[in-house]
Parts: sequence; C-alpha cells; structure tokens
Amino acid sequence: MRWLFVKDLQILKRSPLLVGLLIVYPIVIALMIGFALSSPPGKPKVALLNEVPTGHGQLSFGNQKINVAKYASQLYQSIDAINVNSRAEAISKVQSGQAAAALIIPADIVSQINSLVTQGAGNPTVDLILNTKDPLERQFADQAISSRVAQVEQAVSKQVLRVAVTDLQETLNGGTLKFLGQTVPLLGLKNSRAIVQGTIASLPKNSPLLPALRQVVNFATLAIDGLGFATPVLSSIGSPLTVNTINLAGKTTPTDSYAASIAVIVSLMFVGVLLAAALLALERSEHTYSRLVRGLISPSGLLSEKIALSASAAAAVTLVMSALVSLFVHLEWARFPLWVVTLALGGLAFAALGVAIGGVAREVSVAALLAFLISLPVAFVALVPGDAVSGTLRTVLDAVAFVFPFKAALQAVSNAFSGAAPGIGWPLVHLAVLTLVFGALARLAMRRFA
Amino acid sequence: MSIDINTGERTATVAARALTKRYGARIALDRISFALYSGEVVAIIGPNGAGKTTLLSILAGALEPTEGEVARAGDKRFGWVPQEPALYSKLSVAENLRLFARLERLADPEQAVARMLGQTGLEDRAHEEVGRLSGGNQQRVNIALGLLSEPPALLLDEPSASLDPRQRERLWEFISALAGHGTTVVFSTHNVAEAERYATRVLVLGDGELLFTGTPAELERAVSEPDAAAGAVRDQLVGDLETAFVRFLHERGH
Repeated sequence: MRWLFVKDLQILKRSPLLVGLLIVYPIVIALMIGFALSSPPGKPKVALLNEVPTGHGQLSFGNQKINVAKYASQLYQSIDAINVNSRAEAISKVQSGQAAAALIIPADIVSQINSLVTQGAGNPTVDLILNTKDPLERQFADQAISSRVAQVEQAVSKQVLRVAVTDLQETLNGGTLKFLGQTVPLLGLKNSRAIVQGTIASLPKNSPLLPALRQVVNFATLAIDGLGFATPVLSSIGSPLTVNTINLAGKTTPTDSYAASIAVIVSLMFVGVLLAAALLALERSEHTYSRLVRGLISPSGLLSEKIALSASAAAAVTLVMSALVSLFVHLEWARFPLWVVTLALGGLAFAALGVAIGGVAREVSVAALLAFLISLPVAFVALVPGDAVSGTLRTVLDAVAFVFPFKAALQAVSNAFSGAAPGIGWPLVHLAVLTLVFGALARLAMRRFA
Repeated sequence: MSIDINTGERTATVAARALTKRYGARIALDRISFALYSGEVVAIIGPNGAGKTTLLSILAGALEPTEGEVARAGDKRFGWVPQEPALYSKLSVAENLRLFARLERLADPEQAVARMLGQTGLEDRAHEEVGRLSGGNQQRVNIALGLLSEPPALLLDEPSASLDPRQRERLWEFISALAGHGTTVVFSTHNVAEAERYATRVLVLGDGELLFTGTPAELERAVSEPDAAAGAVRDQLVGDLETAFVRFLHERGH
C-alpha cells in the first residue's frame, strides 16, 4: 500500500492544475460562505410578551416624558413579532422553532425605570430567551433586539441628562421646583452668594438678621438634597435597562467561529470527496484497477489507500486553513488536539463518501461531477436553519443530513473550535460509523461496476 | 476439490475445469475445460461477446469464476496484458515498471526494471511520461508489465489491435521468442489470420461455450461437407482459416 501511496502523490505532484483547484476552489467557496454569513440579517421571528398595561407605557422625568410605546413600534420594524399571552407560550414558541427568540417585557418595567432614575433604586429588566440550537438565528435575533433595547436606553439617558442639566441650572440661577406636590422657590447659588455677601458687608457683628440667614440655610439644604439626588440619576444614565439573556439549549457557538467551522468543513468536504472520488476513478480510467486487484492488492486495501491519502490531504489543508482563520476569528488553540482528531475523522468520512462515488464512475471527470452534484446539496441541506421548514420536509432534511457526514463534521468541528454544544463524542462516533458505511458501499460499488 | 494439472506425459501450465461465469441471468462462460502447456501459443477466437476477455480475465485472476476452477503450475501469477494499456500515464516508463515490480514484491525491482527496458527496447524512453508515448510504445510497456515477474504464462487480450503492421511484426517476434523459451502464451484476437500464422492451437468460443480446441489446420478440416459433392468446397477452405472459421460458427448456430 505504501508504494501506491507514493505513486498517487507522484501523480498529484504532476497535476498542478488539479491540486491547485482542490486547494483554491474550497477556499473560494469558504470565502463566499463567510461573505454570505456576514451579510445583514433579515427579520427574525420573535415571540413578544408585553405585560405593561395599556396606557401605562409613559416615563416622566421632571417636565420631560418618554413614551415607551414609540420604541416598541420601532422594535416591531426590526423583528417579525409573534404576540403571545404568557411566558410559557413564549418559551414554547422558541422551543418548537416557531420563533428564534422571545422578548418578555414585565408589567413593572416603567415603574422600575422611574424608581431607578428618581431614587437610584430599582432594576428594570427585560428577559430575552434565545434558542441556541442555531448560532446564526441566535445572533440575528440577539442583534435585532439588542439594538432596539439600546435605543430605549439611549432615550432614557438623554432625558435624564436634560433633567440633571435643568436642575443644575436652577441650582445656580434659581427658579422653582415641583417636589412632592408642592412648588418650592429656589434662590440659586448666585443669589445666595449675593445675599450672604451683602449681609456680611452691611451688618455689624452679632446683628440678628435671621430671615436672610434662614434662606441661605434652606437653600443649602435643598442644594445638598439636589446633589444627593443627582448622583444615582447620573449613575443610571449608562445602562438603565438590564437584558437578562436566557439560553434554551446550553452553551452556544460564537457566530464567527461557527462561520469559520462551516468554511473549514466545506473545504474538508471538497478536498476529501473530490480527491478520493478522482483517485479511485483514475484507476478505472487508466485500466490499472484490474491489474492491481489480481493479487497485488485487495480491493479493500486499494479503497483504504485512497481513503487514507484523501483524508490526510483534506485534514492537512483544513488544519492550515484553521490556523490562518484563527488569526481573525477566536478559535480555542487549547483544544488543538481535538481539531486534529475531528478533521482527521471528518476527512475519513468524506473520503469514504468519495470512494463510494468514485466506485460507480469509470472516468475522473464523471467522478468529479458526481462528487459536486452530491456534495453541494448535502452541505446546503445540513445548513438549512431548523426553523426555516417544518413538518415532513424538516424530517426529510434531517434524515438526509444524518446519512451524510457534513452535519456531524460541522458539530464536531464547532465543538473542537469553541467547546460548543452538543458535545463532540456523538458526532465523532457518527463520523466513524459513516466512514465504515460508505467504505462498505464503495466495496459493493467496485464489485458491481468494476 | 482441486484439479490435477498432470495430464498424461506433460504437465500443464494451466488447467481449467468447468469454468462458468454468469452476470445475472446472462451466461458469459459455460462449463469450459481445457489445459495449456509450456511453450504453446494459444489463440482464443470467437465473435464479439463470445467470452474471450472474460476467460482471459479469469485465467489472469482479475475475475472470479461463478463456478469451476483454474489450476496453475507452481501457483505463480500469470502475466496479464489487458486490451487497453493498464498504465499510469502521468508516470514515466521506468516509474510504472518500478511500481509494479515493487507491488509484485520482486527481490530486486531495479534489476527487473532494467531487464524489461532492455527486452522491450525502451531504454531511451525510460524517463518519458507514458501518456506522451505512441500507442505502440504504450503497448510495449503494457507487455513489459505483464512480464515483470517472469511468469510461466502470458495472457494477452487483443494485443495487436492498436498497432501498425511494423509494430505488430515486432510484437509477434517478441512473443515467439518468449514461447521459444518455454513461456505459455495465450492471446485473444479478432484477426483470424494472425491466429493462423502465430498460434500453435486455437480455442473457439461462441456464446460462452468452448466450440473447438485444436490446431488451425484441424479447425479448417473440422468444417463439414455441405453436400455430397462438397469435397471440392472443403478443399477450397483449407488454407483459408477465416472462411473456415465463419463457416464453422455458422454451422453451429453462432
């Protein structure tokens, strides 16, 4: 088998166009996928539970008012809202895949914001429930909602700042302040200073001009209260709202590393499948297959050699690619041994699929065409988001994704890169089983078509 | 159950018994038995689809019979020269020979490569890519691969089909020399004149059945007389194996 391995490497070395295509094509495809994934997201479906009673959606800060309903309508422009009536219904929508996320606005949100702004106490919180099964959908929903929440926060901050500035000006120049239902005259620091300076200048020592001095004392008291009030107000300007994110399916894959995983698996697939299919078909088109299997090497040995060579090449190319990608996207180098294991097993499964394809083709060009025709739909089927289809079609797509290596390889590599759910054990076992199954199918194909 | 390749005074290089090959319902070979001996040059002739290539592939070990068995003297692998050159076109002549010498596990692959380059007169083309060689030279490499392990028998499937007359002449000189050194040579052909000229024995196949085995002259004589006054007709057939062969097949419904 060693000499066949060397022979195939010699042939590849003398086919620079083929090798170039095998390396450049997957990279181009990977870049295209990366570009597609980084394009602006559409409107995600979001289950929306608004528990704020009708007519109670207005915030008041001094003379300024914020109508939360205005921001709610802007939120509706960013998402495809599904109105629900209870928290349980919202969670159910996310779990069933009918919604990518659920946003729950509690009934006391307005009073909580008012309390935070006016008293420095309170924790206005909205719940954002995300389905982490699909990292892309998760990111789309998260981005759409987070940007709207940020708008509400900005509006509140802006109004609070206006209140604070008005208070400070009144503290300086004087005016009136409505506080606890009463109108309180404010002298202002400048007037107070003038009064105190005048009093000091005009009165002899020990002169009992008590009224003027009382005014100064009252103002000082109010100024202290005002500054004490301003402190929690200003501290709440940065982020008055808390978004409590709840993940329904465990630890999720960061979207950028998920996109990197897709790019790497697409490359692994193309190199593994195409190379294995082409190398096996080459033995048929060069008529060397029958010369080899008449005692020089067994058909199973020949298939093993093609699988091993193609898997090694695919794993090597994608390991280098992963290292390059890690310059731009955070991938966990501490899990590098898992990268190697995953890419090696994924490469074996794809190469086994390749020899099964090569086993039915008599020419390299036919094998390559078949490999493309089978690989591309398999990849797209595995990438269809869970909530994009439902019912029987979803069952069919899941079944197709299950019998080909793409989805299992993607799950394994996502985990290897970032430790994402659903773990790495089962996908690796799945890939090993698929390697054996496709290897056996290739053996059958060789028996039938050789 | 094994078959005895010792048939009388001579030891057969290969003996086949009741060889049968089926592809689904189609019978490609039907209970064929024969023995071949050292130094024989045997032509397998028959119309298209008669089973010539199937028979050679089974003798070569490239195909398993559905029933029956093949015994080989010394259990050595036979040399196999398929109809289409079975070569790696991206490798050079020497690289092809070296690869198969290693796969054959020859004791000294380099010595075997040098020997075959010398025998086939391809020393000066040793480092040329096979894909750039002419059809005739590719066939020479193809034959060289079949002879690498110095087999007791060489099996050739339509060896002269892609050769010009001069190359054909050289091929048969080469094959005659091999037979002269004791190698059993078995070849299939559509060219009955070639069989008549170079074969010491012919096997006639028709629809998977072995219809005749004997010398070319015996085949000519085996054609029956068409009528009472046919002595003259038979005389006309003697010396024209092709006509006799066609008539022979016709008489047996092929």
